[in-house]
Amino acid sequence: MKYALLIYSAPGSHEALPKDEYEKALGEYMALTADSRCVGSGQLQPVETATTVRVQDGRALTTDGPFADTKEVFGGYYVFEAQNMDEAIELAARVPAARFGGGVEIRPLVER
Amino acid sequence: MLASLIGFLGDFDLAEEAAQEAFAVAAERWRHDGIPANPGAWLVVTARNRAIDRIRRERTLAEKTRLLEVPQATMDEIDDTTIEDERLELIFTCCHPALALEAQVALTLRALGGLTTEEIAHAFIVSEETMKRRLSRAKAKIKQAGIPFAVPAEHLLPDRLEAVLAVVYLIYNEGYSGRVDLAAEAIRLGRLLAVLMPDEPEVHGLLALMMIHHARREARFAGDELVLLKEQDRSLWDAAELAAGRGALERAIALRGRGPYVLQAAIASLQTGEQIDWSEIAALYEQLAEITHSPVVELNRAVAVAQAGSVGPALEIVNRLELGDYQYLHSTRGELLRRLGRTDEAREAFERALELARSERERRFLERRIAEL
Repeated sequence: MKYALLIYSAPGSHEALPKDEYEKALGEYMALTADSRCVGSGQLQPVETATTVRVQDGRALTTDGPFADTKEVFGGYYVFEAQNMDEAIELAARVPAARFGGGVEIRPLVER
Repeated sequence: MLASLIGFLGDFDLAEEAAQEAFAVAAERWRHDGIPANPGAWLVVTARNRAIDRIRRERTLAEKTRLLEVPQATMDEIDDTTIEDERLELIFTCCHPALALEAQVALTLRALGGLTTEEIAHAFIVSEETMKRRLSRAKAKIKQAGIPFAVPAEHLLPDRLEAVLAVVYLIYNEGYSGRVDLAAEAIRLGRLLAVLMPDEPEVHGLLALMMIHHARREARFAGDELVLLKEQDRSLWDAAELAAGRGALERAIALRGRGPYVLQAAIASLQTGEQIDWSEIAALYEQLAEITHSPVVELNRAVAVAQAGSVGPALEIVNRLELGDYQYLHSTRGELLRRLGRTDEAREAFERALELARSERERRFLERRIAEL
């Protein structure tokens, strides 16, 4: 099954790390991408770069943001091919953001 | 039978339908051919084969292709070990941490306890509709999110077993407050776990704890009134269940168990002794507090320390605890102050407990305590 691991991190949590720990965390993110079960991944630019589009009466309305005051911000994702939920949970627990005050949401993908 | 089918098919709904069909076939065939030598295995085999037929008819459901390769089962393949393995896998599925706790409890009662949705709804005081939704949401998540039907890998087992035991103990405690006989159901589940995981001390510890408590259920109330342990009529205790509970505790200790359930069972067992060894109980509570860091355990330790004769030091323990809104903290303080002859302070503490008491029964008990000061 394919699982998306949606990474929500506490804003500033990674930047606040001492240099060596920051690099260690970066290495862990890379190792997950390099894992043979990883079939996709992406890191998002900070939420300040976000733009939202809604269509009303056929017209696209573009707004800056959102900048909701949330404790956790969606910052990136992985897609893994895993045997089952247990394997997905183990992979999610390896995502550094999960231990820096953030969380990883596991969502199975629709199989086509 | 249902547990075995769910484990085998990996699908709750399919298993339930197949089980119903198998019972219908049995009702017809056994009347003509007589009851087979092993009716349980016969039902499982028939239900499995019905389910496989059904899946083959619905080949379009790609997710079930795994089962298309499964040959029809025969009686020789389905022995008791297979059925037990499948039940064990199912327990871990039902108590998977990716499911909400209330769903874990409901699924466990449905799939392993064999309770109907209506019975479970009644036990947890929710409507049947709500319980039906809760169960189907959980079943859908198991299927869609790939929650496995498997005993967890070795390195995950301790955490996952803890979750299973917590669900069973939760069911037991629901039963203790007096609804449908969930306590008996929890003990049945505990027995099943002890058969399926004979080498896990905490499994025997939990079973022992539940049985030792349950053995005293008739003596806990006189009419509608709560009766303290020391005032309980021991002739009302279920001697056979108490002995079985102590047997399970011995097994746990022989397996070198020192976990929280084993410790609690050991305490419960000591409390049923002819001469209660309160110093030993206090020592066990100290070990339990080290593992759990629970202030409620500390409170119980204080009670044991007082019973062992050191009322002053017990009060010191209680005064250190940060459990301001906990009714039993205040009733315990009241009791200790009363014993130290500090009646006014005792009354104040009992009155605070009375404000916090939720059940009518407990309020009456506290009112009697105050009147007796």
